[in-house]
Amino acid sequence: MTDALLSVRNLRVEFPTRRGILTAIDDVSFDIMPGEVLGVVGESGAGKSLTGAAIIGLLEPPGRIAGGEILLKGQRIDDLDAESMRRIRGKRIGMVFQDPLTSLNPLYTVAQQLIETIRTHADLSEAEARARAIALLDRVGIPAAARRIDDYPHHFSGGMRQRVVIALALCAEPELVIADEPTTALDVSVQSQIIDLIKEICAERGAAVMLITHDMGVIAETADRVAVLYAGRLAEIGPVREVITAAEHPYTAGLMGSIPTLTQDNARLVQIPGAMPRLNAIPQGCAFNPRCERAFDRCFRDRPDPIDRGDGRKVACWLYDAAGVAAKEKADV
Amino acid sequence: MSDALLKIEHLTRYFDVSKPWLNRVLEREEKQFLTAVADVSFEIKRGETFALVGESGSGKSTIAKMVVGLLGASGGTIEFDGHRMTGTAGAEMRDLRRRFQMIFQDPFASLNPRWRVGDIIAEPIHTFGLLKGADVSNRVGELLDTVGLSARDAEKFPHEFSGGQRQRIAIARALSSKPEFIVCDEPTSALDVSVQAQILNLMKDLQDEMGLTYLFISHDLSVVRHMANRIGVLYLGRLVEVADGKRLFTDPQHPYTRMLLDAVPDLALSGRRRKPVEGEIPNPINPPPGCAFHPRCPLAMPRCKVDAPVPVQTATGYAACFALETQTA
Ligand SMILES: Nc1ncnc2c1ncn2[C@@H]1O[C@H](COP(=O)(O)OP(=O)(O)OP(=O)(O)O)[C@@H](O)[C@H]1O
Ligand SMILES: Nc1ncnc2c1ncn2[C@@H]1O[C@H](COP(=O)(O)OP(=O)(O)O)[C@@H](O)[C@H]1O
Ligand code: SF4
Ligand code: SF4
Ligand SMILES: [Mg+2]
Ligand SMILES: [Mg+2]
Repeated sequence: MTDALLSVRNLRVEFPTRRGILTAIDDVSFDIMPGEVLGVVGESGAGKSLTGAAIIGLLEPPGRIAGGEILLKGQRIDDLDAESMRRIRGKRIGMVFQDPLTSLNPLYTVAQQLIETIRTHADLSEAEARARAIALLDRVGIPAAARRIDDYPHHFSGGMRQRVVIALALCAEPELVIADEPTTALDVSVQSQIIDLIKEICAERGAAVMLITHDMGVIAETADRVAVLYAGRLAEIGPVREVITAAEHPYTAGLMGSIPTLTQDNARLVQIPGAMPRLNAIPQGCAFNPRCERAFDRCFRDRPDPIDRGDGRKVACWLYDAAGVAAKEKADV
Repeated sequence: MSDALLKIEHLTRYFDVSKPWLNRVLEREEKQFLTAVADVSFEIKRGETFALVGESGSGKSTIAKMVVGLLGASGGTIEFDGHRMTGTAGAEMRDLRRRFQMIFQDPFASLNPRWRVGDIIAEPIHTFGLLKGADVSNRVGELLDTVGLSARDAEKFPHEFSGGQRQRIAIARALSSKPEFIVCDEPTSALDVSVQAQILNLMKDLQDEMGLTYLFISHDLSVVRHMANRIGVLYLGRLVEVADGKRLFTDPQHPYTRMLLDAVPDLALSGRRRKPVEGEIPNPINPPPGCAFHPRCPLAMPRCKVDAPVPVQTATGYAACFALETQTA
C-alpha cells in the first residue's frame, strides 16, 4: 500500500562473524499505517529489537542492513547519512526503550533535556520550550511537574522515569514512536499505567506506535495489528483479535496456548517442544519445522513466504498454500 | 497434629541500610532500617503448592532465603515438619536440610560455570553423603532423564545449554537429595513463555510423581493461578491476603489484590474495563504509617493512616484490611 507511514520491505540484517555471516533478520516485511499501533511480538532473540534498531538507524556495528528497504512516508531512510538519520530520529520517529536510563542523561536535569530536544526541533524561546516541557510532563502524569522538571533522572522512580522518557520521545511531535519493551523493567501495577499512557497520548497526537514486547497480554490490550517474529522471520501478521483468538501459524497457536491466563483452567499448558534455534543453526525450509507438530515434507525443503489470507492477514506456513494444503490432505488420507 | 509441612509465624527481617558510620556522623543521620519482611505468617500443607505473589521489593526472595536458611530471620519462627528451624543444629539440622531445596530465578547465575553439569547435580548427593562411586553417576543420569535431558549431558558445561535447559539442570540438582519440599523463586521469570510452559508442566509432573510440596514465588498472577492451591499476596513485606487458588481471582478481598488483578493485561480480550491503577510502591525505608497501602487505596479511611490492620478471616483465608472489618461487623 502506498499510504503507509512506515514500510519495511524484505529487511535483512546480518552480523559478519569469524565463522561466517549470521542472518538475524531474514526477509521481513510489514507496514505501519498513520496513527496505528503495530505490536511486534516474539521470544527473546526473535529479532524484535534489531528490527526496531534497523528502522531508526541504530544497529550496532558490525550489524548491518544487508538487504531490503525502509520507507518513511514513501521515502527511503535506510540509506541516509548519519546526520540526516539523527534528525529523523529526534523529529519524526521517537523512541522509548526498556531501561529509561538509556534515554536519559544522568548529568542533566529533566528540564535541560526536554528543553534542548524541543528547541532542536522547533523554533521556540527557552521560556516557551520550558512551558511546553512542563505541559508535557504534566500530561504524562508527573505530579507537580513545574517543580519536578528541575530534578535529575535519578530523583524519579522507575515508572516516573519511563514517563519522562515518553515525554522526551513525544516532545518533537513525531509521526511514529518505536517502543522497545517499554514496560518490561517496571512493576506489574506500573506496567498497565505506562501502556495506557503510551496508547492514549499517541492516539491524542495521531502518532503511530511500533510496540515491541514479548508480552502477548500487552499486545492484546494495546495493538491494532500484531506481527509475530520467529527466528528473525515473520511468522504471522494480522489484526490483533484474529491473531490472538484464532492464530493460524502453528507457532503462534502454540505460543498462545502456552500462556497461562486468568480465565482458563488447564491442568497442563500447551507445550511447544524444544526452543527457538540459534542464528547459526536455523534449519532449512521453515525455521519452525523441528518444533512443529504439523510439519510435512515440503516444510523441510522450502521456506514459506507470507501467504495472503485476506483481511490484512498473512501467514508464513505451507499449510495455507493451496498446493501445500492439497499435499497435506493427501498425506492425511 | 496439623498436616502443615512448613509453618511460618511472625517472620520478620530487617536490613541495616544506614550510610557508613562516618557519613552518618557528618550528616547527622540516624541509623536506617528497611523492613523487607514484616510479621508474615502462613502454613504450607504437605503436597500442596503455596504461592507468594507480589511486586518487586515486596519481600518474596527474602522470605525464600529465610525458609531455606540462606538468610537469618530478625524475628519469628520457621517450623519444618514440626521442627523449629532456629535452634536446631548438628545432625538433626543436616537431615532437615536434605529434605528441602531451592530453585532460583536466574538459571545463568545459579549454576557454577566452571563445573560440569554432572558435578553440579551431584553436589547435594555428596554434601549429604547419600551415594558413592558409580551409584552417583547413575543417579545423575536418572535425574537428567527425569527433567527431560539426557545422561550424556552430564559431561557438558552450563554455557552449552539454553535458559530453559539450565533451569532443568537446576531442577535436577534440587531433586538430587530427594527432598520433600522445594522453594522456587521465580523459576520461569527469565524464560520465554513457550519454555516457561515446559518448565511449569515439568514441575507439576514432578509434584504428582514425587508428592513434592512447593513454595512457589512469582510476580506473575497468571502463572501463580496456574500453579498454586493457595496464594499469599505480599505488599511492602506484609502479607495482605491469603486465599485458595481460584478464589483469590474470583473473589479478591484486599484492595491491593484487586488492584493487582486489574493491572493484568487482558489476553482473553474480554473487553473488561479495568480501573486505572494508582501510584507506585513507596520507598520501603520509610513506608507509609498505618496500613502501608493507604496512599494508593481507593477505600482508605482516616484510621488507615494511623493503625495497621490485623488479618481478619475471609471465605478461604484471611486479609488485613479495615474495610473488611467494617463489612463483617
Ligand atoms: N541484603 C539486603 N540489604 C538491604 N536491603 C535488602 C537486602 N535484600 C533485600 N533488601 C530489600 O528488601 C526488600 C525485599 O526484597 P526482596 O528481594 O525480598 O524482594 P522481592 O519480592 O524478591 O523482589 P523481586 O521481585 O524484585 O525479586 C526490598 O526493598 C529490597 O531492596
Ligand atoms: N551485536 C550482535 N552480534 C551478534 N548477534 C546479535 C547481536 N545483536 C543481536 N544479535 C542476535 O540477533 C538476534 C535477534 O536479536 P534481538 O533483536 O535483540 O532479539 P529480541 O529483541 O527479539 O529479543 C538474536 O539471535 C541475537 O543474539
Ligand atoms: S511451514 Fe510446515 S513446519 Fe512451518 S509452521 Fe507451517 S506446517 Fe509447521
Ligand atoms: S486498611 Fe485501609 S488503606 Fe489499607 S487496604 Fe484496607 S481500606 Fe485500604
Ligand atoms: Mg529485545
Ligand atoms: Mg526476588
